Amino acid sequence: MSTAMAVAAGALFAAGTYLIMQRLLTRIVVGLGLIAHGANLALLGSGGEPGAAPIVGGSTGVISDPLPQALVLTAIVITFGVTAFLLALAYRSYVLTDSDAVEDDLEDRRIAELSRKEAA
Amino acid sequence: MTTVVSLLVVVPLAAVALTLLWRRLWVRRLISLLSSATSFVIALIVLFTVDAGGSVTVAVGGWEAPLGITLVADRFSALMLSVSAAALFGVLAFAVGQRDTDEGFPAFHAVYQALAAGVALAFLTGDLFTLFVAFEIMLTASYVLITHRAGAEQVRATMTYVVVGLVASGLFLLGIGFVYAATGTVNLAELSARMGDIDPAVRTALGWLFFMVFGIKAAIFPLFFWLPDSYPTAVTPVTAIFAGLLTKVGVYAIVRTQTLLFPLEAPSTPILLIAGLTMVVGVLGAISQGDIKRILSFHIVSQIGYMIMGLGFFTVAGIAAAIVFIVHQVIVKTVMFLVGGLVESASGTGRLKEVTGVLHRFPVIALLFLPAALSLAGLPPFSGFVGKLALIQAGFDAGRWMVVGVSLLASLLTLFSMTKIWSAAFWGAPTPNLRRRPSSVMVAATAGLVGLSLLIGLAGQPLIEIATRAASDLLSDSATASGGSA
Repeated sequence: MSTAMAVAAGALFAAGTYLIMQRLLTRIVVGLGLIAHGANLALLGSGGEPGAAPIVGGSTGVISDPLPQALVLTAIVITFGVTAFLLALAYRSYVLTDSDAVEDDLEDRRIAELSRKEAA
Repeated sequence: MTTVVSLLVVVPLAAVALTLLWRRLWVRRLISLLSSATSFVIALIVLFTVDAGGSVTVAVGGWEAPLGITLVADRFSALMLSVSAAALFGVLAFAVGQRDTDEGFPAFHAVYQALAAGVALAFLTGDLFTLFVAFEIMLTASYVLITHRAGAEQVRATMTYVVVGLVASGLFLLGIGFVYAATGTVNLAELSARMGDIDPAVRTALGWLFFMVFGIKAAIFPLFFWLPDSYPTAVTPVTAIFAGLLTKVGVYAIVRTQTLLFPLEAPSTPILLIAGLTMVVGVLGAISQGDIKRILSFHIVSQIGYMIMGLGFFTVAGIAAAIVFIVHQVIVKTVMFLVGGLVESASGTGRLKEVTGVLHRFPVIALLFLPAALSLAGLPPFSGFVGKLALIQAGFDAGRWMVVGVSLLASLLTLFSMTKIWSAAFWGAPTPNLRRRPSSVMVAATAGLVGLSLLIGLAGQPLIEIATRAASDLLSDSATASGGSA
């Protein structure tokens, strides 16, 4: 894998991880998209050195490995579908709660309440 | 035989298409039920054929292994296919029998069959990338099912579920990329031959990456937090099939990859540590809950620990015991949630404080709960006892007393938690909210699965024998894999 690809994939993962730590659903969705892109890029880079187009025109010499590209295409389609579902879900959540923020977990709130009572 | 094996994926996929063609509910029900019943029969045929004659490999589309996609049915996958098909059929019958049905919305049967196809593909696949695709089919179907009847609470819980699922998928894809970069193949059989040639450090790193990815799906400690949050919010049939199947597919993938690709040093202390923590933390979580479905959700986590413990011993006996335990759990966990659903549909609530006296009002529900609960706790002669006894014997053979002690303690706490549900919901004077008699189809579907669980308990010996053969297959593959590094 070339250094540039590796750095790009790492940067995408870093940015994605930062974004899914946020409280706004839209940011989380974007963050998940970035993580998926990072994974796709890493998968694409796993094919080794680039070369001529494979198969087409009976190419000779060094050719690119076509398998990671086929895998990445499949992965992109899957990510696309799931992201569309996630956006619909985020919209549904916005319609129901009138806010884009992720709510605290019920159980967490109960525990926070308990510890506050203990402290008092 | 090869055609028959591919039918396991093709039949549910065909049912997806067919159920979408008809508007009438009864036609959709019929197609869906037929598809699940057929899958069950085929899975049994495959199980007997494979057990007698060794594993069957299918080259999809006629493309042989290095180029094409392969499906491999061996003893382990055939066992898992049979038991999951039984659970899928039972839950479907329960869903169809519900009074105010959860399967009325147009896409239910299509999505349910897509889930079945994904699960079957995950068990059958012979390469890592198809495993990824199978997981995605299964998970995407589960995202749709879990959001059915989604109020604000469900959407919040589902959001966690989907986000965690997607992060795991991203890491899975990354892992596939790394494996391909290191070895130049994603075919499991090829991989096991080439794994010996790569740097042991890289191999260990890849092993833990995959353990983490599947650990998220299987809900092992400390990656289980999403499960008790999201599962209980779904409608009963959906929760039941998720509880019975989805986490176990994760465990299956852990066992498959760890034995085939990343042979452990036997036995593995870190994995046993994780197993022990999963059991204890899960069961403690269950004890502190006050709602039937939430209690049961924490027990899912706890019981996953036992399966991981069997893997951690990394002996034939340990893995065989883990396989027996998975088979038992798929059925019993599904039954527990169905019984929880019966209580909920009778009373309108699953909170232990708000319902008592089910035993007097609807004794049949109590009759179904009792064997399943005792089986979950591992009392003889029920199916859980067979699995736990095998696990404990394997632990003694491996000389790991500590984790065996922890597992016994967790069993005791499980029994305590079951008695808590029993004494709170089943004993006492019937509350007035126990109005609605569950339909006979729901009861019959649950009873069928309870019967299967009892059968597993009684037929413990043949099951252990077949699981032992499956485990020695897995470990002999693993021996071939590590042969290159020696």
